[in-house]
Amino acid sequence: MSLLEIQNLSVSFGPEAQPFKAVDGLTLSVQQGEVTGIVGESGSGKSVTMMAIMGLLESQGRITADRLRFAGQDLLSMSARERRKITGKSMSMVFQDPMASLNPSYTVGYQIMEVLKVHLGLRGSALRARALALLELVEIPAAASRLQAYPHQLSGGMSQRVAIAIAIACNPTLLIADEPTTALDVTIQAQIMDLLVSLQKTQNMALVLITHDLAVVAEVAQHVTVMYAGQAVEMGKVPDMFRHPQHPYTQALLKAIPEHNKGEIRLSTLPGMVPGQYDRPTGCLVAPRCAYAADRCRQQRPELTLTDLGAVRCFYPISSLETP
Amino acid sequence: MINAGTGNEAVEATQTFTYPSPFRAFWSGFSANRGAVIGLAFMLLVLFCALFAPLLGLHDPIEQFRDASLLPPAWYLEGTWTYPLGTDEVGRDLLSRLCFGARVSLLVGLCAVLMSLIPGVALGLAAGFFPKVTGKLIMRAMDIMMALPALLLAVAIMSILGQGIINAMIAIAIVALPGYVRLVRASVSMELGRDYVIASRMNGAGLLRLMFLTVLPNCLAPLIVHATLSFSSAILEVAALGFLGFGVQPPTAEWGTMLAAARDYMDRAWWVVTLPGVTILLSVLAINLIGDGLRDTLDPKLKRVA
Repeated sequence: MSLLEIQNLSVSFGPEAQPFKAVDGLTLSVQQGEVTGIVGESGSGKSVTMMAIMGLLESQGRITADRLRFAGQDLLSMSARERRKITGKSMSMVFQDPMASLNPSYTVGYQIMEVLKVHLGLRGSALRARALALLELVEIPAAASRLQAYPHQLSGGMSQRVAIAIAIACNPTLLIADEPTTALDVTIQAQIMDLLVSLQKTQNMALVLITHDLAVVAEVAQHVTVMYAGQAVEMGKVPDMFRHPQHPYTQALLKAIPEHNKGEIRLSTLPGMVPGQYDRPTGCLVAPRCAYAADRCRQQRPELTLTDLGAVRCFYPISSLETP
Repeated sequence: MINAGTGNEAVEATQTFTYPSPFRAFWSGFSANRGAVIGLAFMLLVLFCALFAPLLGLHDPIEQFRDASLLPPAWYLEGTWTYPLGTDEVGRDLLSRLCFGARVSLLVGLCAVLMSLIPGVALGLAAGFFPKVTGKLIMRAMDIMMALPALLLAVAIMSILGQGIINAMIAIAIVALPGYVRLVRASVSMELGRDYVIASRMNGAGLLRLMFLTVLPNCLAPLIVHATLSFSSAILEVAALGFLGFGVQPPTAEWGTMLAAARDYMDRAWWVVTLPGVTILLSVLAINLIGDGLRDTLDPKLKRVA
């Protein structure tokens, strides 16, 4: 049984009559102790999916799903109170901007200890010892004296380490990292990624890595889902998908990686941008930007179909294109 | 290079960092503002006079020395050091009345601030957290209150509630309420979009914890500044209500009432009007200077980059 099962998850915003589907029919399962990458451009619904799973959308978005289960528990039928006991404890999340995800009014120590107090009921010296151990676990130098620091007194990388410490405080079985390195500079990015992966291994967590960095996914993940405008366009294993991308969109993303353009004069890019609420095409959502789009693509929306390499949402997957 | 790197890490691992306490950081910023420090010093003096007025060996503020009425301050030829700042029309000691008046003014100001701060914060939080229905109702009600001129509204409330010092406080508090509600609501709806609020919800924070422990502390800086500034306007309004004959009733010493009673003697004895007036002016100025200093220190947008 998988740790996290998502079946046909949709999240829509806006008026009931004309909903905007930020996530549309997403199916995904995450196994215990594995790293799953979710890749896509800005606005493709990656973060909204994870917010929906964590129950953080309540008021704004309408969530529907055939199935949404975490460790055998049905998240959809659960009350908000019960759900709050799981989130932050068994399933936890690291946010994009560490400077914004820590509360500026409290010390680092207070914020770590608050989570430990609420979820694990720790008190006194055990509480302090655990907070200190967590800061050491995320490799913060001079951890003891950092407990008194306020977030604005720490650097971005240090703040993200603290945010990770808070996220793993209660030994979660699932950790969602929503672009954990986007707001950091390049040298720190690598350190934070290394830290996340080593923690994932030592704590045997499942890690869902939301990113637009394909290189990171190729290095650390076992499964990848490529999302586009709220839909999964391709799902597969690493490294198969990187060797044989089936969807033209995946192929285009891979082609845009600078390392794949060595010796070229211009970096190959994907023209256009993800369609928003008002400019979604009637046919395949990728069609306006797809190099191989045919008439059928512009009229009909393809379904996600299983293939021997995974699943792809395309009428003419790349392998079939290459063998006409 | 590699050796140097590992050496640094070893140093760093044994090093301990001490971070300045928030109060010390605040004080170093605040004390750099000379106007604010002068204002604070003056207000501490006024506070001292108010707190220890009965112990300063002054005359009774309502005792009338009929043979010494309208005596000028001591540095005039006719003045005596028995009444250092002179006496009023019925021979009461002005210095004593100013000191005892400070008790009333400061107390009324403080109570009025607290009485509008506490419901203002509660209503503002409610309006920020439930913007759809509750928030709209609260904000429209506040808009109606703001449509009336402050003093007129205060006078209207006073005429409903009746005269008296407690009712004056209530009136001033009600008049100041919309400012607090709007300020808190604006800060709350700005803070609600921040990641740390989402992170806190993710970590299982319930509504009350989210309101009072997560969001409210981050709205405090503008609130402290606003409370300081409205403290000074509360003092002014107490004085204005006293001047108009509402609020504090004679013979209790209060700055505004003193000003009103002395109006008729303005051409003969300048001190009975000027001294209470100058006291009000200086107090309000001092509090405003403190408020400005607080804003410069607490507002993150104006904070010097460290």
